Amino acid sequence: MSARAPFGALLLLVLFCLATPVSAFEIERVISPGGIEAWLVEERTVPVIVMEAAWEGGTATDTAEKAGTANMAASLLGEGAGDLPSQAFQARLDDIAAQMSFSVDDDYFNASLKTLAEARDEAFELFALAISDPRFDDDAVERLRAQLGVAVARNRQSPEWLAADAWYRAALGDHPYALNRQGTPESLPRISRDDLSGYVRNVLARDNLKIAVVGPISADELGMLLDRTFGALPAEAGLPEIPAVEIATGAQTIVIERDFPQSVVIFGAQGLARDDPDFIPAFMMNHILGGGGFSSRLMEEVREKRGLAYSVGTSLSPRRNAAMIIGQVATRNERVGQSLSIIRDELRRMAEAGVSADELADARTFLTGSYPLRFTSNSSIANQLIGIQIENLGIDYVDRRNGLIEAVTQDDIARVARRLLRADDLVVTIVGRPNLAPAPEGLPETGDMAPVAAPGRQH
Amino acid sequence: MPRSRFLAPRVLGSALALVLIAAFAAAWFWRDGNGAVSSALQSFRLANGMEVLAIPDHRAPVVTHMVWYRVGAADETPGKTGLAHFLEHLMFKGTAEIAPGQFSRIVSRNGGQDNAFTHYDFTAYFQVIAKDRLPLVMEMEADRMINLELTDAEVLPERDVVMEEQRTRVENSPMSLLQAEMNAALYGDHPYGRDIIGHKEEIDVLTTDDALDFYNRFYTPNNATLIVAGDISLDELRPLAEKYYGSIAQRAPTFERVRVPVIWPAEDRRIVRRDDRVQQPTWLRFYPAPDYSNAGAREGAAFDVLAELLGGGQTSRLYRNLVVTQEIAASVGAWYEGSRLDAGKFGLYALPHVGGSLAGLEKAIDTEIGLLLADGVSEEELARAKTVIAASAIYARDSQRSMAYAYGEGLMTGLSMADIHEWPDRIRAVTADDVLDAARALLAGVAVTGELLPGEGT
Repeated sequence: MSARAPFGALLLLVLFCLATPVSAFEIERVISPGGIEAWLVEERTVPVIVMEAAWEGGTATDTAEKAGTANMAASLLGEGAGDLPSQAFQARLDDIAAQMSFSVDDDYFNASLKTLAEARDEAFELFALAISDPRFDDDAVERLRAQLGVAVARNRQSPEWLAADAWYRAALGDHPYALNRQGTPESLPRISRDDLSGYVRNVLARDNLKIAVVGPISADELGMLLDRTFGALPAEAGLPEIPAVEIATGAQTIVIERDFPQSVVIFGAQGLARDDPDFIPAFMMNHILGGGGFSSRLMEEVREKRGLAYSVGTSLSPRRNAAMIIGQVATRNERVGQSLSIIRDELRRMAEAGVSADELADARTFLTGSYPLRFTSNSSIANQLIGIQIENLGIDYVDRRNGLIEAVTQDDIARVARRLLRADDLVVTIVGRPNLAPAPEGLPETGDMAPVAAPGRQH
Repeated sequence: MPRSRFLAPRVLGSALALVLIAAFAAAWFWRDGNGAVSSALQSFRLANGMEVLAIPDHRAPVVTHMVWYRVGAADETPGKTGLAHFLEHLMFKGTAEIAPGQFSRIVSRNGGQDNAFTHYDFTAYFQVIAKDRLPLVMEMEADRMINLELTDAEVLPERDVVMEEQRTRVENSPMSLLQAEMNAALYGDHPYGRDIIGHKEEIDVLTTDDALDFYNRFYTPNNATLIVAGDISLDELRPLAEKYYGSIAQRAPTFERVRVPVIWPAEDRRIVRRDDRVQQPTWLRFYPAPDYSNAGAREGAAFDVLAELLGGGQTSRLYRNLVVTQEIAASVGAWYEGSRLDAGKFGLYALPHVGGSLAGLEKAIDTEIGLLLADGVSEEELARAKTVIAASAIYARDSQRSMAYAYGEGLMTGLSMADIHEWPDRIRAVTADDVLDAARALLAGVAVTGELLPGEGT
């Protein structure tokens, strides 16, 4: 049927390093006349300017009593500033079709601005107003409080949210990382206007700020804009001390009974800090275990061979004051115990035997070869630049990063797998009506119906 | 229905995303860095009938390679629903050249990412990869267009995977169950009235032969479109397309998509769904609407503008009046879903405050619709809506994947290259009278209204 040449010639390419350079662009460090630093990629292909900014001081600055304060402040920054009440502010944004958003995670307050190049000055001016002079009008505060109340209530219907919430509480106890970022039905009514303006005053400063800009704008133009945009912020942030926390040890399995035919499962344990010397080996180990899309061991064993799940995977989650490795799987209730048993087997196998040379080589070519895929749009480049700044990796990281991946050996991965993976020491949370038996009675065998697995993957 | 959670699932949480998709679907301009409009994209056809399109963007040495088949869930025969999506999963199994399960591994080993997605009117496969690996993925994609090999050993576990996907997307989601009932009420016996993923009882008994029959009938170059976005020109793409896809003979006649006509409901319908997993109610409404290809250019653009100014963002009428002024809704929105071959949909949704009722929300929405029908729209809100839609077309150009998706979706649902290219001009030409006509055509007619409520399920 096909008279075409076999694939041999092309597949040989795999044996060579990717010749493609990671970066076809240059990152400039721009320091404004007023001393504000930003990383810039001047990129003139599309007339769209993207700015990402991040301030240290996210939801971990919340107290349990007033959980949700940081998120509520972020939600209110687009709701009126300077002389412009909420609707007037939104109308000005829409009139120039600028997109501005504010959000919080555990450690950072994040801001994002996207504007057409022709509307640049007005967009940055509105952004400056939002961060420097938010109004927190009573009507906007009360409206947002009610809207967030709905979001918080609706979260509690979601199996994914319930499983994650239970996991963080079991793993982190009363550490602020276990607080609900959006707050609770009890905490939202306690947040006052003073709490909101206090949060903004303490966090939106100049000494805890990172900025990335990508688009058709020169370093000189950006320098002037930086002072106009961020210059009115206080020089120094006032951040509370956040304690470091270790993930709870000792196996726990927590079931939240709900009428879902498919259980949502989250499992995890202590991970590695981003500045740990073994972080990159751990990142590669995780890629092979459960991070690598369709090629990971967990995908192979749980999904491809046995059809037990549509999605299964693991990821490393290093934060400023905690580090975890977290996995998730969603599987029909009667097969939950079986899926978890297979996952634990895979953690054990990795901890005991590490990875094969082929697996390491495949992970290396994927991770190095796919790195340029993160830099294809102004938005994605800006996201990468802000991430590199937050993690303190250095302005040359884009050029160094693939070398770090290439240096990782099988021994490195074996060492880090032994250190990290503890199959019998997982915190597991489940939402659904799970059968926890590892070999469910009365149900037919699943798989191993798939053909012989790739080398190194048999039990 | 992507093969993994690579793309956002289309559930109500992303109703707003649907607005964007509809607006992006056919709305671009081409400008160079100085803002001047440059020429339209060109496509051509290989001798075997396969259409070829390049969308150049040279910022990074990366391409998005997509093959779109003009067949989807709406082309399944009764009793075999879910087959288009099931085959999409099985296309990752193997051929004589590629061992089972190796397709994605080879892409990955070459630094690429791959996936696929199924909709009512199309099924598409894509890889994002370094430009120098484009020949590799083209050769592999061409290979599986004609040489797929399936055995029960691969097919049966994958059927279980699809059943898990159905649970994730539908059975575990009360909102999806409501939308499924509403679509059935809106589209009747037309295939748009059923879930893309199919009926679970029918998925569960699909066979290897079913998948191969579907594959042999529909996967042929004369039923496919190649789109490559990124670091490539049409001149560079032409010889590669000739080499890898041009040598494939037609395997089946070109598929003429003739489906049963949509017969809209004759009177208003109301679907009330109670579910003990729900604590917070949701209100939803679908209006019959033509799709872009059947609406005509002027009317289709007016539907987009209507959706934007009625419920597109925080300055829209519904948001301003229900959320900000009356404070009876926590969220409200409107969207037009025109990227279909046979028929579209105009949608509204609203979430009440904690403890609030759906009846009050519905009454307020009906009042707003009445005001719009009686008084029309102001020049100010018209201009703002048009600005936002036009800008969304420029923002979409920032992503090679959204560009490739938008062109593919347009071409698969009955639009021409010119239709897609000229869309921003058509948006700009929309007048206040056009919006009023659009509102009268849609909002004055019958509708399917849905309520998702706490309580014991039926």
